[in-house]
Amino acid sequence: MAKFEEGLLYSESHEYIRVEGEYGYIGISDYAQHALGNVVYVDMPDVDDDVTAGEEFGAVESVKAASDLFSPVSGTVVEVNEALEDTPELLNEDAFANWIIKVQLSDKAELDNLMDAKAYQAFCEKE
Amino acid sequence: MNNRLYGNLIFELSKEGRKGYSLPKNNFGSYEIPASMMRNEEAALPECDELTVVRHYTNLSNNNFGVDTGFYPLGSCTMKYNPKINEEMAALPQFQGLHPEQPANTTKGALALVSLLEKSLCELTGLAHFTFKPYAGAHGELTGLMTIDNYHRSRGDMQRKKVIVPDSAHGTNPASAAVCGLEIVEVKSLADGTVDFEDLKRLVAEEGPNIAAMMMTNPNTLGLFETRIPEIAKLIHDCGGLMYYDGANLNPMLGACRPGDMGFDVMHINLHKTFSTPHGGGGPGSGPVGVREGLQEFFPTVSPYHGNFAVMMRAYAYILSLGKEHVKEVGPLAVLNANYIKESLKDVYELPIDTVCCHEFVFDGLKDKSTGVTTMDVAKRLLDYGYHAPTIYFPLLFHESLMVEPTENESKETLDGFIAVMRKIAEEAKTDPELVKTAPHNTPIGRVDDVLAAKQVIVNYRQLKAKA
Repeated sequence: MAKFEEGLLYSESHEYIRVEGEYGYIGISDYAQHALGNVVYVDMPDVDDDVTAGEEFGAVESVKAASDLFSPVSGTVVEVNEALEDTPELLNEDAFANWIIKVQLSDKAELDNLMDAKAYQAFCEKE
Repeated sequence: MNNRLYGNLIFELSKEGRKGYSLPKNNFGSYEIPASMMRNEEAALPECDELTVVRHYTNLSNNNFGVDTGFYPLGSCTMKYNPKINEEMAALPQFQGLHPEQPANTTKGALALVSLLEKSLCELTGLAHFTFKPYAGAHGELTGLMTIDNYHRSRGDMQRKKVIVPDSAHGTNPASAAVCGLEIVEVKSLADGTVDFEDLKRLVAEEGPNIAAMMMTNPNTLGLFETRIPEIAKLIHDCGGLMYYDGANLNPMLGACRPGDMGFDVMHINLHKTFSTPHGGGGPGSGPVGVREGLQEFFPTVSPYHGNFAVMMRAYAYILSLGKEHVKEVGPLAVLNANYIKESLKDVYELPIDTVCCHEFVFDGLKDKSTGVTTMDVAKRLLDYGYHAPTIYFPLLFHESLMVEPTENESKETLDGFIAVMRKIAEEAKTDPELVKTAPHNTPIGRVDDVLAAKQVIVNYRQLKAKA
């Protein structure tokens, strides 16, 4: 069964963000990881790229499908998780520990549009 | 299946110095090839005797699975039988030797055939003109969208660059639009699987003057007939856009209704689906594009030739064999066959949208999910019973999609056989889940490692050797 970690914020397109001060760690939820199946490739942006809330910033490919990644917030990429380049299966092992990009947030008000763990779990159960 | 000749690559059967040919004596002298054009080392070609080569490839071909060897319910692909008369006609010596650069006054018979086929397709689709240049479905989509783009530009309507595509569409729709330099806007589906008309109205209100076209597949990718087409067509036409019909699922409509009558302006047909020409394996396809009167002047030149002529001959042979009366039975029989399987299996497989389907339908895996047996496992187990697997994990609207399209050609006995096996697999999933999870067991190659194959791509012998 999928895990829903408390303390994170979630989007309807199944990304999460862990906010720490002015930064946010963005990844895919455990629910998304389960739905995708074995992840074989993660397409990530470059450091210093800008991301926009609701817009695509990369893609995850599994044996089942290729899915675009949508940023839950706007901001600038300050770090990408390079470990995913060679070992994309880390997303299957622990989607919450293995974030994909670290972003400097440009508008913290955007976080209000996201769901907490409970609301996201209810959202997934409806899907 | 312990055949040495099957289990090895032709390169692995190679013996240095062995050959299966002898070249004639050179009577023409030697031409000096400039050193800069000569390769530095010998080409690494396999060296085998003729019999080894024949056995190797015959054994490989015996392990092929095609519609001529068994039931092939691959959803959204319309893997229908290719009648042998098509082949006979395409092989007529009067046509077989044609060259594309031949003077037009020597190819009048072929041109007449193109024109007759165009007439038939116009009648079957309700459109006015067809171009046969596109070499496949996706090429047809691109040609159709270029036609639409040319049309808007000709009116000086330069900002129309957005194409509306339903979220259930084939991946080729957004891909073709992107290749054509257009931008994709997605419209949502309702819970019943059809286009969300309210969401579409919102999109049109927001983007109206920028909308070049809406692309639709009808019946859609879930095998469901889009019932609001006239309203959708009116909405799009009123805002100045055109309606594009993706002919991937034309089969169930054949003889029942016509895209032209529904308000579509441009469409492509996959002759290799609906009109029974060979399909799959990268063989030659054909994706003619049809348009409403007046749009034909905007056809782009996507090829200097008439497309895959021999494929067109096969399609025309198919149309003539059925004739006007019997071509009408294609759609209804395809729909009947799909519904028969769906109704016979929906108590053991999850049917997320329980309604009358068209030519295909989608299960969301087994009904009993407690066994851990996935759609992938079911598909692999089907191979053990001698069936081609259905389309799996598409469309993306469900997690465990399993999409079946039987086509109109299959007898009730074949359908009953497939239903019995699908029920047996559902039973096995409960009584012996490991058996299903580790399938296939009866094929020359067992369960392959998808993850490894995707991560470490080895597609030729050189890569294999480098790896070893």
